[in-house]
Amino acid sequence: MAINEKMLEEILNKYPAKVKRNRKKHILIRDSAQEIQEIEANTRTIPGIITNRGCAFAGCKGVVLGPLKDMVHIVHGPIGCAYYSWLTRRNKARADEPKQNFLAYCVSTDMQESDIVFGGEKKLARMIDEVVEIFKPNAITISATCPVGLIGDDIQAVARAARAKHGLNITAYSCEGYKGVSQSAGHHIANNGLMENIIGEGDWEEPPSKYTINILGEYNIGGDSWEVERILNEIGYEIQVVMTGNGSYEKLKNAHVAQLNLVQCHRSINYIATMLETKYGTPWLKVNFIGIRATIETLRNMARYFGDEALIKRTEEVIEKELAEIEPQLEPYRKICANKTAFCFVGGSRGHHYQGLYEELGVTTVLAGYEFAHRDDYEGRDILPNIKADADSKNIPDLHVAPDERRYRLKIPVERMEELKQDIPLNNYKGMIDDMADGSIVVDDLNHYETEEFIKIFKPDIFSSGIKDKYIPQKMGIPTKQLHNYDYSGPYAGFRGAVNFARDIAMGFATPTWNFIVPPWKDQPLLEGTIENCTANTCVEEVAT
Amino acid sequence: MLDCTPKELIKRKGGVINPAKTCQPIGAMYAALGIHNCMPHSHGSQGCCAYHRSHLTRHFREPVMATTSSFTEGASVFGGGGNLKTAIKNVFSIYNPDVMAVHTTCLSETIGDDIPTIIKTAEVPEGKIVIHANTPSYQGSHITGFANMVKGMVAYLAQADTDEKKEQVNIIPGFVNPGDMREIKRLVGKMGVKLIMFPDTSGVLDSPMTGKFHMFPAGGARVDDIRDAGNSRLTIALGDYASSSAAHLLERNCRVPALTLKTPIGIKATDDLLMTLRGKFVREIPYELEEERGQLVDVMTDNHHHFYGKKVAIFGDPDILTGLTEFVLSLGMQPLYVLTGTPSGTLTESGIFEKEIKAMLAAAGLEGRVKAPGDLFELHQWIKNEPVDLLMGNTYGKFIARAEDIPFVRVGFPILDRGVHPYQPIVGYRGAMRLVEMIGNALLDRQDRDAADEDFELVL
Repeated sequence: MAINEKMLEEILNKYPAKVKRNRKKHILIRDSAQEIQEIEANTRTIPGIITNRGCAFAGCKGVVLGPLKDMVHIVHGPIGCAYYSWLTRRNKARADEPKQNFLAYCVSTDMQESDIVFGGEKKLARMIDEVVEIFKPNAITISATCPVGLIGDDIQAVARAARAKHGLNITAYSCEGYKGVSQSAGHHIANNGLMENIIGEGDWEEPPSKYTINILGEYNIGGDSWEVERILNEIGYEIQVVMTGNGSYEKLKNAHVAQLNLVQCHRSINYIATMLETKYGTPWLKVNFIGIRATIETLRNMARYFGDEALIKRTEEVIEKELAEIEPQLEPYRKICANKTAFCFVGGSRGHHYQGLYEELGVTTVLAGYEFAHRDDYEGRDILPNIKADADSKNIPDLHVAPDERRYRLKIPVERMEELKQDIPLNNYKGMIDDMADGSIVVDDLNHYETEEFIKIFKPDIFSSGIKDKYIPQKMGIPTKQLHNYDYSGPYAGFRGAVNFARDIAMGFATPTWNFIVPPWKDQPLLEGTIENCTANTCVEEVAT
Repeated sequence: MLDCTPKELIKRKGGVINPAKTCQPIGAMYAALGIHNCMPHSHGSQGCCAYHRSHLTRHFREPVMATTSSFTEGASVFGGGGNLKTAIKNVFSIYNPDVMAVHTTCLSETIGDDIPTIIKTAEVPEGKIVIHANTPSYQGSHITGFANMVKGMVAYLAQADTDEKKEQVNIIPGFVNPGDMREIKRLVGKMGVKLIMFPDTSGVLDSPMTGKFHMFPAGGARVDDIRDAGNSRLTIALGDYASSSAAHLLERNCRVPALTLKTPIGIKATDDLLMTLRGKFVREIPYELEEERGQLVDVMTDNHHHFYGKKVAIFGDPDILTGLTEFVLSLGMQPLYVLTGTPSGTLTESGIFEKEIKAMLAAAGLEGRVKAPGDLFELHQWIKNEPVDLLMGNTYGKFIARAEDIPFVRVGFPILDRGVHPYQPIVGYRGAMRLVEMIGNALLDRQDRDAADEDFELVL
């Protein structure tokens, strides 16, 4: 079933007038005949609408900083913020030697009423001392929560003093939950802090190999980055650091030596990608390791960037080998998935990335959207100059970096760079809308009401989103797939990830439990009458046949 | 696992590592979901609401609906009145609940938003109700938040219509699962006493799959019933921390006597509940319940050799711990460590939890470490210094259980890594029987795993 403007209007008509005017701008029906399709995004959430969004603290500590495993992340606030961001995102990590992995620890200043009244700086300083004494971590971060900004605790000053006292990289992030309008503000704040205080702190001047790269905006959910690294290592790349899945302070501080930065999640890390280019001359490539075709295209683009014949040849060999391994495994799942439709509503990048993988399995995405992406993630980076920061986001500081006098190097000649830009997404991202089929619908900050309405229209075969809305479609008898935490499965990235994803999706369609929703007494007629006495002969005959 | 936890204890004052509590609003959200046709509303920035909904969803594997005021920086500085008024208008026109139950966060509490005044000036449609509770995250824990929202229900809804009280009992069940609330209702039903239970999340957070999504499921305490609670002859608060403050408010406001009992976990606490109902209302306990009790004593006796003398560490929410500690003692086990993250103070006399548990241990001739508030980092250190045979607590205990190779029983809130548990009671005689089975299975699976081939027994 498709949707038209009239149907959309009917859905919006239930809203109070002001809400309707607002929401109309956040929804569009894809029409490739129009050269530009503009969507409104990254604006404040409507109170009471039942959004799926979280806050800047979640974007900063929960998403970007939290996965850095050899650092202790102190949350300065009452207990909830630290507690809810404790092990709930599946950013996996293995300890390097010596064993320093703090991901299973939740460290909070646990502010009490007296800290709100008299300030919490002393308690924070004390917590830092205790963390240093107990854990001896490689570095410490401090993340602010809502009340910290209001009561005026100067966490930056506490961090500076502690840094001097302990001789350790201790940094503070002013990511109070109310900043910006979503997790997105927190990404930006974390990017600024990492760039300013950690990246480039290392003393390496040269990359360890010709093909040293970083992977940016990859958080190793369910082991995604390990699968990507497996493939890249096999081709011959050396990965300096993944930002920040299984990442570490030790590796991050030398991130400046890479020859190329790969950007998987554009929304959360494009700030660092851009700043690395300005400061060190390292270009970034928009990559996508979700889906088989996307992975192949990404590998070929990387090979093209380095332009080395042996690397190009090795890339093709690995692709061929990997495909031979996975194609037979995918076959049974493709049969189950064929001709199905999906909703794909995820944070700030996967709403786009998973559409290709779905398509390869025979599943068409009929609705997609983001919780907190900006217009460039929808429409492409070309529109960046047209985006104006509104009142809610303009207080998120932009960090301005300059070329590093000693370390700035052009990684490839300017002319070649310009030439490559014509063919591969070098320093560029074209956004989600471009890839979507006509008649499909794009929704920014999808809320509960709209979810129900769009389900009524499209009747999707699978609903992929997060934990808060997982069980809603499921109650209606629609299979769901969490694309934040993969329903505790994974990896879904790379070649083997595609097989895992196909298996999980097929399992969702095929589980027999869907057949039991309607009790037999609801759809079978009540048989009235009496059971006739069985004569001896007929019974014997029935048994004989 | 947890390789960075050292054995040596140092005195810590900077905060908490690996908490055994979370913050107030999630408890208030859970309580509000126990009102029929109610939309919980979080007055703060939206991150809290997202976290609380996610967390409850993971525990129950059910939809958890709630709205938020979605504060921005402007509102955080100049007040969130506008946001709440907009939210109230939007919630009623888009989602149409009968009641909105507003709770606060550390943000709106720090800036000092005056919720009653905001509600008074908001557009609330005819026949609809907005209630509220202040739930500052920097006081107490999620249990405090639950207690505060139940107080809010009493403050806004309960009323005494006549001097004559009705032959009915109010029960405030505390922060327990819908399966427990069902079991309490069943017990009271068997006793033949008319019951008003609030909040009541049965039928809300254990709702059936029918092919339809119901934003407001069939369950939940009815507003009319909560109103009528002011006319009851007695309120039984199950759990001092979660329930007694609301019961006392009801006593003050409507002259309904309040009586606090333990959460009925284990044989003695269940006996107490039934004996109270017998004494105040019916004079008689039906044979069916006597039979259940006898069955419980039977399995406790049959299997006492599995339990006797086993050392156990228990952590979780204080009301649950009181019952659990009493029960493992009645099985002949030795609770070596009992720890909650919830502080005493605002609700109850300071140190009452520690005193009560220590008295139980002393009566059994035992000494143990009891702490409120403490954290799981400290509990783990205690265990490193003197190991236990069994660990009981919520999902976060699995890390300690794995690190120290201890049999583990999941009990309490939250349980995020197993299904089905919210449907199954741990209260009442039947709940106690389930606990006997869970504890026994954990201990015996371990015995089987560790036994040498020649010691591997068919019958145990």
